Amino acid sequence: MIQLIAFYLFATITIASAAMVIFARNPVHSVMWLILAFFNAAGLMLLAGAEFIAMLLVIVYVGAVAVLFLFVVMMLDIDFAELRAGFVRYLPLGALVAIILAAELVFAVGAWNAGGVDLAARVAPVAEDASNIQQIGELLYTRYIFLFEAAGIVLLVAMIGAIALTHRQRGGTRGQNIAAQNRRRPHEATRLVDPGVGQGMEL
Amino acid sequence: MISIGHYLAVSAVLFTLGVLGIFINRKNIIVILMAIELILLAVNINLVAFSAALGDLVGQVFAMFVLTVAAGEAAIGLAILVIYFRGRGTIAVDDANRMKG
Repeated sequence: MIQLIAFYLFATITIASAAMVIFARNPVHSVMWLILAFFNAAGLMLLAGAEFIAMLLVIVYVGAVAVLFLFVVMMLDIDFAELRAGFVRYLPLGALVAIILAAELVFAVGAWNAGGVDLAARVAPVAEDASNIQQIGELLYTRYIFLFEAAGIVLLVAMIGAIALTHRQRGGTRGQNIAAQNRRRPHEATRLVDPGVGQGMEL
Repeated sequence: MISIGHYLAVSAVLFTLGVLGIFINRKNIIVILMAIELILLAVNINLVAFSAALGDLVGQVFAMFVLTVAAGEAAIGLAILVIYFRGRGTIAVDDANRMKG
């Protein structure tokens, strides 16, 4: 019973905050609603017994992705009112596509309930005697090790790509050139002059 | 008791909201990226729900890879957004016609 209450609580808040993400006027508020949606989706996954994915959702999505969004939204000086133009104009088309998509999804779930696919064998059956995180770890580091490495490569490429895209060389700054400093010798840096009395000297 | 149908319903609504968000906010690329995150979240909920219902852990492993790709996509998307803003001073994407493609 408590599970059902928790499920409906999480599901309701997830859907409501997802709706607020796309309807909010201010993108900063959108990011905040997105964070709420992620937290409640993590709760949903916790109810399904996927503890590792739930924690990952909080750490990766809330801790990294949502904060990244927040940084970008706040860093750029954007006229959001101008971007809102056309909101009402696109609403009928968007609603039409959304309704068609929802109908298709309901249809697909109905077809799955009516018979659906019957998988002959489980690829990695859930064991009763080990925790979720331990089992996922054993899978990730044995059978799916190459996929795991590939995921790491994807993240590395994304990181290098993001840095390469946004990094810019600033002009007009005077950086320190250590090699030139080390090459400098006294005879080229100093000069002995013997100015005559009453005469100025040129530097 | 909670059945897989409950989870599929939540995920379907979330997915639909994500697609609707792309359509109604089509000038604001930040909200479009957030809508894509919502879609990927719906996919993840689906994967985890089926993983729990079928008693098979592969769904959760795959959800982790989806999460990885989502994080990379957000990082690259926001980087492109930043350089686009630097070049044009706006992020309205419906007049992104510089490449005349």
